[in-house]
Amino acid sequence: MTRRWITVDGNEATASVAHRVNEVIAIYPITPSSTMGELADEWSSKGRRNIWGLVPQVVEMQSEGGAAGAVHGALQAGALATTFTASQGLLLMIPNLYKIAGELTAFTLHVTARTIATHALSIFGDHSDVMACRQTGVALLSSGNVQEAHDFALVSTASSLASRVPFMHFFDGFRTSHEVGKIEELTDDDLRALLPEDLIAAHRRRALTPDHPVLRGSAQNPDTFFQAREAANGFYTACPEIVRKTMAAFAAMTGRAYDLFDYAGHPEAERVIVIMGSGAETARDTAEALMAHGEKVGVLTVRLFRPFSVNDMVRVLPKTVQSIAVLDRTKEPGAVGEPLYLDVVCALTEARAAGTFAGPMPIVTGGRYGLGSKEFTPAMVKAVFDDLNREQPKPHFTVGIVDDVTGLSLKVDESFDLDSTRPEVVRAVFFGLGADGTVGANKNSIKIIGEDTDNFAQGYFVYDSKKSGSFTISHLRFGPKPIRAPYLITRASFVACHQYDFLDKYDMLELAEPGAVFLLNAPYAAEDVWSHLSRDVQAQIVEKQLKMYVIDGYTVAREVGMGNRINTIMQTCFFAISGVLPRAEAINKIKEAIAKTYGKRGDAIVQANYAAVDGTLANLHEVTVPPFVTATRRMPPVVSDDAPDFVKRVTAVMLANKGDLLPVSAFPVDGTWPMGTTRWEKRNIATEIPAWDDALCIQCNKCAMVCPHAAIRAKVYPADQLSGAPATFKSIAFKGNEFPGQKYTIQVAPEDCTGCSLCVAVCPAKDKSNPKHKAIDMVEQRPLRDAERENFAFFLNLPEVDRTAVKSDVKSTQFLEPLFEFSGACAGCGETPYLKLITQLFGDRALIANATGCSSIYGGNLPTTPYTINRDGRGPSWANSLFEDNAEFGLGMRLAVDHHREEAVALTQSLAARGVVPFALAGALLEFAEPDEGGIQSQRARVADLKRWLNGRNDVESKRLLDLADYLVTKSVWIIGGDGWAYDIGYGGLDHVLSLGRNLNIVVLDTEVYSNTGGQQSKSTPMGASAKFAVSGKATAKKDLGMMAMAYRNVYVAKVAFGAKDAQTLKAFQEAEAYPGTSLIIAYSHCIAHGYDLKFGLDQQKAAVDSGHWPLFRFDPRRVDGGEPALMLDSGPPKIGLDKYVRGESRYRMVEQAHPERFKELMAHAQDNVTRRQALYEELAGKKG
Amino acid sequence: MDLTTTYLGLTLEHPVMPGASPLAHDLDAVRRLEDAGAAAIVMHSLFEEQITRDELGMMHHMLVHDESSAEALSYFPSTDDFAFGPDRYLEQVRAIKAAVKVPVIGSLNGTTPEGWLSYAHQIQQAGADALELNFYHVATNTLESGADVEARLLDTVRAIKTHVSIPVAVKLSPFFSSIAHLALELEAAGADGIVMFNRFYQPDIDPEMLETVPRLQLSTPDELLLRLRWLAILSGRTRLSLAATGGVHSGMDALKAVMAGAHAVQMTAALLNHGPSRLTSTVRELRQWLVDREYHSLRQAQGSMSLEKSPNPEAFERGNYMRILQTWHPRVPVR
Repeated sequence: MTRRWITVDGNEATASVAHRVNEVIAIYPITPSSTMGELADEWSSKGRRNIWGLVPQVVEMQSEGGAAGAVHGALQAGALATTFTASQGLLLMIPNLYKIAGELTAFTLHVTARTIATHALSIFGDHSDVMACRQTGVALLSSGNVQEAHDFALVSTASSLASRVPFMHFFDGFRTSHEVGKIEELTDDDLRALLPEDLIAAHRRRALTPDHPVLRGSAQNPDTFFQAREAANGFYTACPEIVRKTMAAFAAMTGRAYDLFDYAGHPEAERVIVIMGSGAETARDTAEALMAHGEKVGVLTVRLFRPFSVNDMVRVLPKTVQSIAVLDRTKEPGAVGEPLYLDVVCALTEARAAGTFAGPMPIVTGGRYGLGSKEFTPAMVKAVFDDLNREQPKPHFTVGIVDDVTGLSLKVDESFDLDSTRPEVVRAVFFGLGADGTVGANKNSIKIIGEDTDNFAQGYFVYDSKKSGSFTISHLRFGPKPIRAPYLITRASFVACHQYDFLDKYDMLELAEPGAVFLLNAPYAAEDVWSHLSRDVQAQIVEKQLKMYVIDGYTVAREVGMGNRINTIMQTCFFAISGVLPRAEAINKIKEAIAKTYGKRGDAIVQANYAAVDGTLANLHEVTVPPFVTATRRMPPVVSDDAPDFVKRVTAVMLANKGDLLPVSAFPVDGTWPMGTTRWEKRNIATEIPAWDDALCIQCNKCAMVCPHAAIRAKVYPADQLSGAPATFKSIAFKGNEFPGQKYTIQVAPEDCTGCSLCVAVCPAKDKSNPKHKAIDMVEQRPLRDAERENFAFFLNLPEVDRTAVKSDVKSTQFLEPLFEFSGACAGCGETPYLKLITQLFGDRALIANATGCSSIYGGNLPTTPYTINRDGRGPSWANSLFEDNAEFGLGMRLAVDHHREEAVALTQSLAARGVVPFALAGALLEFAEPDEGGIQSQRARVADLKRWLNGRNDVESKRLLDLADYLVTKSVWIIGGDGWAYDIGYGGLDHVLSLGRNLNIVVLDTEVYSNTGGQQSKSTPMGASAKFAVSGKATAKKDLGMMAMAYRNVYVAKVAFGAKDAQTLKAFQEAEAYPGTSLIIAYSHCIAHGYDLKFGLDQQKAAVDSGHWPLFRFDPRRVDGGEPALMLDSGPPKIGLDKYVRGESRYRMVEQAHPERFKELMAHAQDNVTRRQALYEELAGKKG
Repeated sequence: MDLTTTYLGLTLEHPVMPGASPLAHDLDAVRRLEDAGAAAIVMHSLFEEQITRDELGMMHHMLVHDESSAEALSYFPSTDDFAFGPDRYLEQVRAIKAAVKVPVIGSLNGTTPEGWLSYAHQIQQAGADALELNFYHVATNTLESGADVEARLLDTVRAIKTHVSIPVAVKLSPFFSSIAHLALELEAAGADGIVMFNRFYQPDIDPEMLETVPRLQLSTPDELLLRLRWLAILSGRTRLSLAATGGVHSGMDALKAVMAGAHAVQMTAALLNHGPSRLTSTVRELRQWLVDREYHSLRQAQGSMSLEKSPNPEAFERGNYMRILQTWHPRVPVR
């Protein structure tokens, strides 16, 4: 069998081996490892076989803890089993890793090394997670690039079988897991060659089986545990040699030689860096360049970190070494040094004592680099070598940041780079939007170049943290030799800007090297475009003598029916002008690739893409660049001058994509972050925004209710407030009795709107003569931007409504100020309207515990965050702990708040008794009961009064009460998360919290799928819907979480869908909050993972309810006291068939298309379930019998 | 009683068959139709526009979010397994062909010249015995004349006839200004038959919501009359096979269609409402009527009430309105 060259990312490279050499695969999605599990599932579902001719069983579990448990069981029963994970997921596996190792079980776990959440969550790469497992007894084998990830997936599996020591094979999250590279694929024969049958048989023979039973997992006592623990030592001693031999056999087979420690550099090096992972690539590459300048430097790459073989390390370390910098990609606060540093120091000491390392003891320093995927560049490597050259190198340092607080960081000369010394490598950077297909097109280009030419290719992709209108930067390198440069391109020979507006936001031409090609997608002709550029952009083009091309890609896309997808168009431009391939050949290859990519999906897409290729060539033009700058306009400031200091100093730098430049001192020390920063990020991502026709409006406020981004708002205010209103500010008389004589306005936030048009969909006010026109229509944003910006600013400054005067209906509550605004959620998100509602109703006294997932990402991902405060400085206080513990986290908040209140009550009583606080005030403070708006405001006034009595007093009780007095105002604790949390990973905790009956409000934003990690099935996924891990449609019914909660009988439970019945949603939230025990609201949340244009989200919600898929109800235990059933159905019997609902969503349609017969069966079952559930609910609601 | 008829060159045991409908989606239903005695199976239409929309819709709704977020490079399982192309339809043609002994007639509604040709060819390849071109077209373009529409139809038929060897029938809407002329043009273009008439899904209006609402109204026997007229007008004046569709709900309806000139009679609404057994009873009634009236074969009745042979052809020619006037007017002579 000959080997193929393939272009894949690190995840696929690893999974490709793992799937072929295992029998059982238990998985759970977590970034950045999810892809490995998804691929394994996809391959098994397509019947792809392992090297023994069988299809591996893939099972998705409820958590990584579950996956580890399942794998442990499979291994014990003699299967070859694996799993994939990272970060918190790996931490959840630790207990089983100890077990699997303690039982000397052959097993390989593949980990995309990712940091662990500390002061903040980060999805990005470092070795914190892996290092947290170094004590478990698993061997740790590190790969540093895509080829190595592929190779070591096999080496680790083979070594584990031979040594009986379980292996963790790890590589850097994102940098390697998501880097696309050209690698030589191992054949099935290669895999078989390294996995001898006798070792597999030996593993099987150790299986638990009643045919020759044994017992494992005994409990041992002080007399024996210690000795038994030591009994396995020999296996660890033998392990390194086994790995070395496996690597030797691998080298003989493939020609790729690896060692436990690989040294590269000067044979008589004086300065050596010891490093592990992808950073080693950069270090070696840099050392080579420095050696060319006569420097005696070298790099020791650690492959096998555990078991750590001292002899193998010193064997390859040059004896001439005088100083060593050990670089760790992790942080252990409080330790003498990070783990690799400690091991190297210890190893050298031992080796010298043992006489195996003859040279003098070198100076060893320890440095941290690359935490959370921080860039690690040749300039940084040089800085480390330079520091070792100093008389007294820094014993402990950081590199890659500016630490102006503890002064640990090394100074880096940014002008040093390797890219510019390699003219034969094409270095291209593309700035695009997530939705425009730029990344997909670039991956395609890499495949074309990698697989159809002799060139090597590398692609790495950077995404921002927004879900709507996210921007992407693609870094592509092509060249005749293998590309080992795991860092971003900073000297590009080709820069493409796929979104014209980005030119005013990001300084992308700073990446262009002199003479580079600059491709711009602009809505202007070649002869006009120059005059539209800012001075800053023009200056760089002129100074660097860039060759500039322009295309109006969106016009081409529209003309060929591609909508907003400019991927093929911009890809064609790249090939046409970059010179990577001869033009005609390149065009042919693009077309071949189109047929390959879309051919199976149908001819229409193929034809549209072909037309796009042809249309591009006719519309791509070179721009004649004048020899001097002509523009007077500068790039606009990132944030307004009115922004707070922190936003200008810190947030704005991140927004400009220059966060790497921020020094340590810029940051809060404990992850505490200011509120309400999204309002300063004017994203302008909507091409169309709503325009209000005040003459048609019936003032229902439904537009404000459904807006996912709080970008359309309603206000009622006194007429005299209108003085000074901008000329185009619209205002009409308020129709209603509660605010007589007042004015009413619907106002859009033009630069914050995402253009989802849900407000238009919900608007009931149609022009009777032209029903196409409603009180809200979508209109082009650009012409309105300036005027509406001014109008919105004026609107914000209008007084807020008197909360005590607001009725509790949908219309009136929408006058309440939203304290959740402009989040990065998807345009048209179905979750955020619920969150916004919570903040409107209770935000000024709410604490929110938020499970990890979409809601924690759009809720708390930097640079800007959406939870904000009102004019009194109050607002929801929000925190995310983990994915799995959110119910418990929220419970803890409740316990603390209750305790604080209890203490405040006791102190108030005591101070009243002592005469410090007047009795009447104390009495009023403590009698305060039900928290309606009026009650809350008067209690706040009493608390203010109380504080006046306490201020200035020095006794302990007074001081304590001063701190705790605010807890005398009722706090509202909310626990928020998605279905992945509530139905799966957090269910145990949720169930426990439900059982306790504390005053908590739990909201499940139910998208029926793991949305944040990309659409994996949860136990909420409905029968018949396709999701990852349920490709051919989920075969089991959605778990009835509401019914399970009702079983406790003392939990308030509601099922809501704001798009179907907003009044019921509002009522449920109000009742849940008022309920003195635990409340659970399950909220239907339409989602992009359902596969339709979310502007129809409200229609689908209605269809979900009308079909009986999503029955609306409220279960209030208090109703039983009144002799009524607790359950009240708020939706009638199904009005339409389930088929009418599901046909509107791709997640169902794809099953119907792929497996029509199966779909029919699943739908019949699902319909039957609807009928039965309806009957059951009706019975419980007392509607029958 | 000999009920045999020749339709599109196919010799059928009798003229009654299911018209294009969702029934053909379900293999069991198709088998039941054959068991009920269907002379042939006409499939539901393969709609090119729907395929195109599905494909592009999938691209817009599913692929558009790909590669936008570091955490989720996609939101759906790999899509290689399912296609919105014609494959499912063609598979169904093959499956039906394998499941039944009677002829299978494919049905196609194209939008582009390439679509018509390529799908027609593929339906033939899949084993269809004949093809019905469902020329379902709502002429909303103010720049396209009636002559343009006809020219496009004729071009399509000509092109398809050069691409396929199986017989081709054209299913027309009643909204052509000169159906008789068009029929002869179609014949010249190579068509083998005409199916009269297509029924359009008529949007309704919801005055309360100020919305149009789609409404699928199944045919009633009243609609047969329009078919009878045009069958009668064309019968004997063209070599094309003629089929009636729309309004045939009973044996008597089928009989009338045959008498007006139909070689085949398609039933849809009645089968959807009453099930395949309705086809059996229709054939039974038809046979019984002919037996009772001592006809020796169906062919004897075929076209007997056509414009050419009807004792009062003006009924078809002038329209009922004129006839009523005539019967009323003689009392008050008009000069």
